[in-house]
Amino acid sequence: MMKQATRWLPLAVVAVLGVLLAVGVWMSRNPNREALPSPLIGKPAPEFHLPVLHEPERQFGTRDLRGAPYLLNVWGSWCPGCRDEHPVLTRFAETRRVRVVGFNWKDEQADAMAWLEQFGNPYWVIVRDYDGQVAINWGIYGAPETFLVDGKGIVRWKFVGPLTDEVVQSQLLPALAQLDATK
Amino acid sequence: MKAWILALLMACCAVATPPVFAQAGQAEAPLTFTDTAEEARFHALVAELRCVMCQNQSLADSNALIARDLRREVLELMRQGRSDAQIKDFLVERYGQFVLYRPQVRTSTWLLWFGPLVVLLAGGVLVARIVRQKAAAAPARDADDGQEW
Repeated sequence: MMKQATRWLPLAVVAVLGVLLAVGVWMSRNPNREALPSPLIGKPAPEFHLPVLHEPERQFGTRDLRGAPYLLNVWGSWCPGCRDEHPVLTRFAETRRVRVVGFNWKDEQADAMAWLEQFGNPYWVIVRDYDGQVAINWGIYGAPETFLVDGKGIVRWKFVGPLTDEVVQSQLLPALAQLDATK
Repeated sequence: MKAWILALLMACCAVATPPVFAQAGQAEAPLTFTDTAEEARFHALVAELRCVMCQNQSLADSNALIARDLRREVLELMRQGRSDAQIKDFLVERYGQFVLYRPQVRTSTWLLWFGPLVVLLAGGVLVARIVRQKAAAAPARDADDGQEW
């Protein structure tokens, strides 16, 4: 009886390894697999008060955004992915579905302004985090990153990397529809 | 041969890094420490934290912009009198368990912590059973096989 079991053991081990390999291959098909899941999902968005890019003496923050959902998009003029993302974000912003808030991260003001001048400004308002202090509270680690925050200030969705039309259709719009449904 | 494998590995890493996900290129102001004890504690701490951007480097080794920011943050938190555990919790709250090279023992990490031990035990039990079975199957021959060692 025991002998029977040990005879099949190598085959079982190979089968298990084969399954593991298949799972690994299957998982690596997701191009966004290196993106870290945000521990903020379902939790209140971290408070911030930051200067507005176009009017540095004016402060703008989470308190001003309460009451309706908004999309927070992290970008910088130094970020090539943000350039790829820009037309997608512009198309989305033009639907006026939610307010699109720009989070200008670790950027020189002049560079950021020139970037907007060149490509256009899809944002409702842009705040500026030059030293990256607020970015740490939001768990931001690169650009672009995009957060969807609901009217109560709870983070509902996050995407790391450039938004594409496919991501907007398959993830962002359903997340927004869910917000409408639970309102 | 070794160099060849290393070159291949490095090429793979270069391909795997998503080029569109970028970091800014600002210069880093070097960190200054008040004394050697603080410096030693800082280095021990950042060696155990993973860079969230590059993912295969520790916070100590990485030159990514976010790693510089987080190093500055870690030092700042140390000076506010927070313990190592509190600083790790601070980062886990923001970036998830991923930032720790040694994940905390939780239900979601039990397999990670105890999986190898379970596999080792299972192997040990199996080997013991096979050995015992073989011994039981041929006791007479083992007892006196006429060989001198």
